[in-house]
This record gives sequence, structure tokens and C-alpha cells, in this order.
Amino acid sequence: MKKILASLVTAASLTVSSAYAGELIIIYNDLNPTPKAAFEKVVSDFEAANPDINVKLSINDREAHKPAIRNFLSAGPPDITAWYPGNRMGPFVDAGLIEDISDLWASDPNLSSSFEAIKPTMTRDGKQWGVPYSYYQWGIYYRKDIFDKMGIAEPKTWSEFLAACEKLKSGGVTPITIGSKYLWTAAGVFDYLNLRTNGYDVHNDLTAGKIAYTDDRIRATFAKWEELVRPGYFVENHTSMSWQEAVAPFASGDAAMYVMGNFAVSVMKEAGLSQDQIDYFPFPEITPGMPRAEEAPADALFIPSGAKNKDDARKFLAFVARPDVLSEWNGTIGQLPPHSEAEVSEDKFIQQGMATVSTAAGLAQFYDRDAPAEMAKAGMEGFQEFMVKPDRLDAILKRLDKVQKKVYK
Amino acid sequence: MRSGHRNSLSLMPVLFIAPALLFFVVYVILPIFQSFFISFHEWDGLGEMTWIGFDHYVNLLDDDRFYTSLKNNLLWLVFYTLSVPAGLFIALYLNQTVTGIRLYKSLFFFPFVISQIVVGLIFSWFYNPTFGVVGHVFEFFGAAPPSILGDERYVTYGIIVAGLWPQIAYCMILYLTGLNNVATEQIEAGRLDGAKGWRLLWHVVLPQLWPATFLAIVVTVIGALRSFDMIAIMTQGGPYGSSNVLSYYMYETALSEYGYEMGYGSAIAVVLFMIMMVFIIAFLWKMYQDEKDWR
Repeated sequence: MKKILASLVTAASLTVSSAYAGELIIIYNDLNPTPKAAFEKVVSDFEAANPDINVKLSINDREAHKPAIRNFLSAGPPDITAWYPGNRMGPFVDAGLIEDISDLWASDPNLSSSFEAIKPTMTRDGKQWGVPYSYYQWGIYYRKDIFDKMGIAEPKTWSEFLAACEKLKSGGVTPITIGSKYLWTAAGVFDYLNLRTNGYDVHNDLTAGKIAYTDDRIRATFAKWEELVRPGYFVENHTSMSWQEAVAPFASGDAAMYVMGNFAVSVMKEAGLSQDQIDYFPFPEITPGMPRAEEAPADALFIPSGAKNKDDARKFLAFVARPDVLSEWNGTIGQLPPHSEAEVSEDKFIQQGMATVSTAAGLAQFYDRDAPAEMAKAGMEGFQEFMVKPDRLDAILKRLDKVQKKVYK
Repeated sequence: MRSGHRNSLSLMPVLFIAPALLFFVVYVILPIFQSFFISFHEWDGLGEMTWIGFDHYVNLLDDDRFYTSLKNNLLWLVFYTLSVPAGLFIALYLNQTVTGIRLYKSLFFFPFVISQIVVGLIFSWFYNPTFGVVGHVFEFFGAAPPSILGDERYVTYGIIVAGLWPQIAYCMILYLTGLNNVATEQIEAGRLDGAKGWRLLWHVVLPQLWPATFLAIVVTVIGALRSFDMIAIMTQGGPYGSSNVLSYYMYETALSEYGYEMGYGSAIAVVLFMIMMVFIIAFLWKMYQDEKDWR
């Protein structure tokens, strides 16, 4: 206990330094080389445009940021912090730890006019709480060179997808890589199977606690999943790998597909793959005629209600909402700008992503952002367990029902 | 003057103890009662608290994850105490005078000096089935390497082994200092009477090492019950909660990324506290008995 506290205190003490006027303290949450450099560029551009403001930037590891934020929001809030919209911002908004910036959304020329599509995710209790800077598509990234060599075309339907898996497997290539150590990757697979089997409304009803996990529709989703688990279409040992580690078999050609968000592309390239070796297709159709919904989670910046320099923080958020800033930033990190007039990069993944997301019938945030935290944790552990022990499905679903009853009362 | 002396005699100890006592009360005693209090509430750690009585404890009885954690704590308790005999034998082995023995001793002590986090990281690479040493050894013999940290059957044992490495070093150093105080006359007397090997160890050396043994057992049992760092760094309780122990499960429900249940976490903490109290009372009672005998 003492050690946890100690680590929390050190995490917090980074931020608890007395701010003076003109100093803007920002905590960002991505240490991966490309996103880190891209955000540092945004900050230095902001400083160049506002010479009287001195930004103090500290960057946390993405996973370390998640437990740390709760502590620093109440103990020593920065002026701006990165966090996630949807249900993930819920507890902090409800506890009054995040600044209401509806005024900025109303007055800023960009936020008031060009963020309509994403505004609902940033809204809670009819107010806006943060500024989204990026979102990205999910789907299946695959090794185009391997597909070409084995004569496989991009599968459009479930049966084509299963046939492709079968062909890869018999050719000595594991069809799908995944690293489920941190659980959420398995939720991505579940979400897609569920969206394609039952559609967007069932996804929302499930994460809102209106449908039980033992419901026949959810069982149907797991039945589809079982068709991938039983024949061994996922890499072995996925429970001990992070998502980055799971890129290794993909890069070496031992695995050919990855159900992932677009941020994975830069890691795949860092692992030595070229732009031509990787390609993307949307998750194939399962129930014929089901309107196609997609996962498209957004990343956002928030002002803690305890921030000392809220004026400059608002200036920074307004700066971030500019189309030119968002274009350049998202161009670097390979994601989609939430501003409707921002330029979308020419990169093929961004183009395909834009095409996929803009024609979708509905956009889901992600299982662990749409469901409340406790449910998400239990659910994702259940998904991981199912991928290892599909025989335990009944026990897992019953346990999830039990958690569900407790969480949504 | 005399009475003034008496006053200062009775006052000084209190004055000296006061700062430590104050911190102990504020940071140890009060939080214990606070945990009891919170465990009767529904609270997300940020908003308002609602009284729900014993509901959390009733839920605990019906929580698979809780039983998994309890079982793993038991495994920790049983296997972690192996570090006491292991530390003893390494200490006996190192307790000789040859050139460079100080270097060997410090090398054996090394794992205790490096941070638990580093030990955990090293072992998780070591266990990695794809590029770790364990993987290579299995491949050398033509077998498929097990995913020790990814398989619910092995994961807890894998972490305990990693935890044993520094703990053995710690027990070893306790015994090494203890061995310095073993009376050589008694050993020689034992030798003259024909005792050697195991009998000498059991009847002559070990009784003299009792203070070191007691300390090693206390430290190891407490260490096993509050094992946390290794699990946090190696598996985060995974896969699917199968390597959880009570202390990590408490952290997970109350403080981690998905944990907003301070009440439920506190209930787990209370249960862990009760289990620890059993051991602590036993240890205190034993210490009291020992001191009574010496008087």
C-alpha cells in the first residue's frame, strides 16, 4: 500500500509546482515516438504564436496516465490534461473535477461550427467538457504481400473471411495476431463481432446495461468468435503480450492480420514494414444487410476545474481546434482530424479510414469507453478468458450478468 | 532538583516517542479505521458516499475473483516461506573464509539491492516464450515453450519464483549476521561429543540462530501477504485475474484504471487486514513468550 501511494505521489509531484501567470502546465499521455514528437510540435507552434505564454509540458506513458489522472486532478491539477471522452470522462465530470467549456464551444469559430459530428461524445449533462484533437478508424490491418503471395483477396463477408483464415493457417501463417495482456485489444474484436452480428443499437444497449450478457444475441456474437478461436486463428500466448509486442509476429510474417486502430500503423512501420506491405480493410460483414457501424474512438484535451491558468488553457484549446493545426498534427500521427474542414492527409490508410468512417451507419467509441469502468474491466477479462478457454463461455456470461446487475442499479 | 530529575525522566521518553507516535497514528492507525468506515459505503472515490452496511462483504462471498485471490495468497504464503530454508543453506555455504568470499557474499545479496520492479521486469523477459531464456531452453530440447505468465496454471508460481530470488537473499543476510554470533565453543563442544553434519546443525547451530529464523519468518510471511509489486509489474493480475492476490485485487477495484469502487476495495483491504492480524498476533504472542522465558 505504501508503495502504491509513493508512486502516486511521485506521479503527482511532477505536476505540483506553483504556476505563475503566463505559465501553462500541460500533461500529455503518449510517449510513443511519433505522437510525442507531434504534440511537442503543436506546443512549440503555440508558444511561437503566443510568446508571452510559457508552456511546461510533461508527458506520461499512456497506461501510467490512466491511474495517475485521478490523483493529480484533485491533488495538483495541471492547466490541461489529455483524457478520453464518453463514459471515461464521466466520473471526473460528475465529481466536478473537469472545467465546463461550453462557453468556448459557443464562442470559438471552429468549435461552434465544424465539430458537429463529434460534439455528442464530448457532451455530458448538456455541456461540453473538452476539445477532441483526433480520432481514428479501427478495422483489419493485413500483410498485403502475404495475401498476394497466397492469392487471397480482401474478404468482404464472414465466409470469405473464414476461408482466408483457413488458407493462411494451412499455409503456415497464423491468421490473426493480438496481444491481450492489457485486455482492451480483445474488446476491439468483441465490439466488431457484436456490431456486425447485432448492429449498433445492441452495442449501445449492452454497454448501457439494457441487455444481459446471457442474451441470445450476445451468445450469437460469441458463437462467431468461437469460429475463430476453436481452429486456432489467433496467435498463441496472446495473454502475455502487449499490443506492441503482438506487432512482432505480424512484422516477421508469422501472422497476417491485426484487428486494430490506425495508430498501429506507425508501430508496424517502426518494426520494419513498408507502406506497400501493409493494407487495410473494414471488418467484414456477418449478418447480411446489417448497417455497418464502426469503432472510431476520439482523443481529447481537458481543463481540470482546479487549473490555475484557465485563460491561457482556453487559448491553447482554441489553438488546437484550428483546422491548420489539426491537419498537420493528425497528418503526422496518421489519424483523422475531427474538424470537418481540416485537410485529411493523402496517406492511404487515412484515406481509407475516412472513407470507412464517413459512410458508417454509427460510430462506437469503444467497449471500455461506452461501458462503465467496472463493467468494462470484468467484461474484458471475460473476453480474454473466452479466447483461452472457450469451454467456459457459460460461466463467463453468468459472471458478467452478475457484475452487470451490481453496476447498473 | 531531585524531583525535577524524576520529572524529566518520565517526560523525556514521551517527548522522544511523540513525533513517531503522531505519524503512526495519523498514517497507520487512523487509515485502518477509515478503511473499515469506507467499506460500509458505496463510494467512487470522487463523489458522495452512501451507506450500504455489509453489502460489500456479502458481495465478496459471491465473487469468483475474490476466491482466486485468496487461493493465490495461500500459495504465496506456502511457497514464499521456502526462502527461509533456502536462505539458511546459502548462508551456511557462504559462511567460510576463502579468498574473495566478501565478493561472493555481496553477489548473492545483490538481488535484494535492486528494485523489485527491475526483478519483475527481468523475470518477465526471462519467461517470454518467444525471445526469453526459458523459450530458448525449451526449443533447444525440441519442446514448445510454455507461456508461463500467460497461462493460468503456471502464472502464480512464475511470479512467486521471481519474488523468491530477492527474498532468499534477504533471509541469507539475516542468517549470515546470525552466524557471526554463533558461539564457537559450543560447536567445538558438540564436535567433541561426536555430533556432526545434520545433527550438529539441528541441535547446536539452529537453536542459536532462532532470533534470525524468527525474524526471517515474520518478514517472509508479511511479505507474502502483501505481495504486490511483482504482480503489478509482471501480469497486472492477469490473465483474466488468475494471478491476482488480495492486495492487488484491492488496488484494482479501488484505485486502478477501471477501479472506482473505494468501498469494495476497502472491504477487501479489511479482509486482508484480518488475515494479517492472525499472523501478527501470533508473532507478538510468540515474542512475548520468548521474552518472558528470558527474564
